[in-house]
Amino acid sequence: MSADIATPLRPPRPDWHWHLGVAAFLLVWWLVYGQLIPVSEWIASLFPVERHSHTGEAVAFFFYDVPKVMMLLTLIVFAMGVVRSFFSPEKTRALLSGKSEGVGNVLSASLGIVTPFCSCSAVPLFIGFVSAGVPLGVTFSFLIAAPMVNEVALVLLFGLVGWQVAATYLVFGLAIAILAGFVIGKLRLEGWLQDWVRDIHSGADAPVAVEDERLTMADRYKLGIEAVREIFGKVWMWIILGIGVGALIHGYVPEDLMARIMGADAWWSVPAAVLMGIPMYTNAAGVIPIIEALLGKGAALGTVLAFMMSVIALSLPEMIILKQVLTLRLIAVFVGVVASGILAVGFLFNQIF
Amino acid sequence: MKTVKVYGPGCKRCEATATMVKDAAAKLGVEIEIEKVTDPRSIAMAGVLSTPGVAIDGRLVHTGGMPDAAKLEGWLAA
Repeated sequence: MSADIATPLRPPRPDWHWHLGVAAFLLVWWLVYGQLIPVSEWIASLFPVERHSHTGEAVAFFFYDVPKVMMLLTLIVFAMGVVRSFFSPEKTRALLSGKSEGVGNVLSASLGIVTPFCSCSAVPLFIGFVSAGVPLGVTFSFLIAAPMVNEVALVLLFGLVGWQVAATYLVFGLAIAILAGFVIGKLRLEGWLQDWVRDIHSGADAPVAVEDERLTMADRYKLGIEAVREIFGKVWMWIILGIGVGALIHGYVPEDLMARIMGADAWWSVPAAVLMGIPMYTNAAGVIPIIEALLGKGAALGTVLAFMMSVIALSLPEMIILKQVLTLRLIAVFVGVVASGILAVGFLFNQIF
Repeated sequence: MKTVKVYGPGCKRCEATATMVKDAAAKLGVEIEIEKVTDPRSIAMAGVLSTPGVAIDGRLVHTGGMPDAAKLEGWLAA
């Protein structure tokens, strides 16, 4: 990765240039977004296939969904990048330290959405939280919510499946993070941390935080652009691949096949979905287009959501990272509690919808 | 001679940050010694919650991502 070489000689652009630029971008975005259906139909008509054939359906689906998802992602990831620039793990920790359980879990899960977090710093963050007096359960609420309720998952659900499902995912993802953290807190498992983590917990003072770097609005916009660049670098291939697979399922898989395998009648489908999701490690971008296509073919919403939550929230690589600070027993409890929450959501939704 | 510590478990961005520090120091003609801290315990004890983090002569100047090139030069020159 090459860093931009800043040219300190030229004075930075004033903030209002950036405001204008962002406004112009939003206008262009909105105009283009309105034209996506006609353009995708036009592209599909260029292919020498019957529009209403399986292949025609698949082609139209692909050329409508790829640009739509890319555009939605650009907008939301940029916005979240700007929002996140107002938060930092240090500020979040200060807000959470010494909070009681209950209120702390709710606050922690909510902050998990807006605090910049990368799973590669899960271990330093965990230690930093616990050693500063953030209760174990509250720390877990953060660690569950941060990856599970993320803007990429929400945008994809919104764009490909519908806002109702996106809202449902947001509410129940948060609920699982809050409740699972609360339960883990109530179990009093501090003794199940690796020994050296406990020592830091009892001994060290909370280290001094970095001095606040002052950011202008322009800096924040730049962070938003940086976030878009980073997310796209990571997920563009998954999106195209995922939507490609989705398009195939959309065009070719018979209507009732999925209803039989993943429908609401088969009670075992929810636990099976959760189990299948644990070893799978992909980001939301790869899994959601497939989910859309499955839903379209009659798979039950609860089963599909359970699968998705399991893929994102319970990942094997993350557990291996956490093994440095947690004992296996504690990891098992963590997985058990979160998996139960996901199961409950899955069954509940299959009952309701 | 400045001692620069780059905190991070060895992810791509941590490597990139270390390279940025070297480049900036070379550009400014500041002599530095870089130490990469990869042990999660030491990272946490230094007060770094999100990696990569950068400390110059024991003072933590940046955490949570690759630093801004211009700011980095400012810290090294100070």
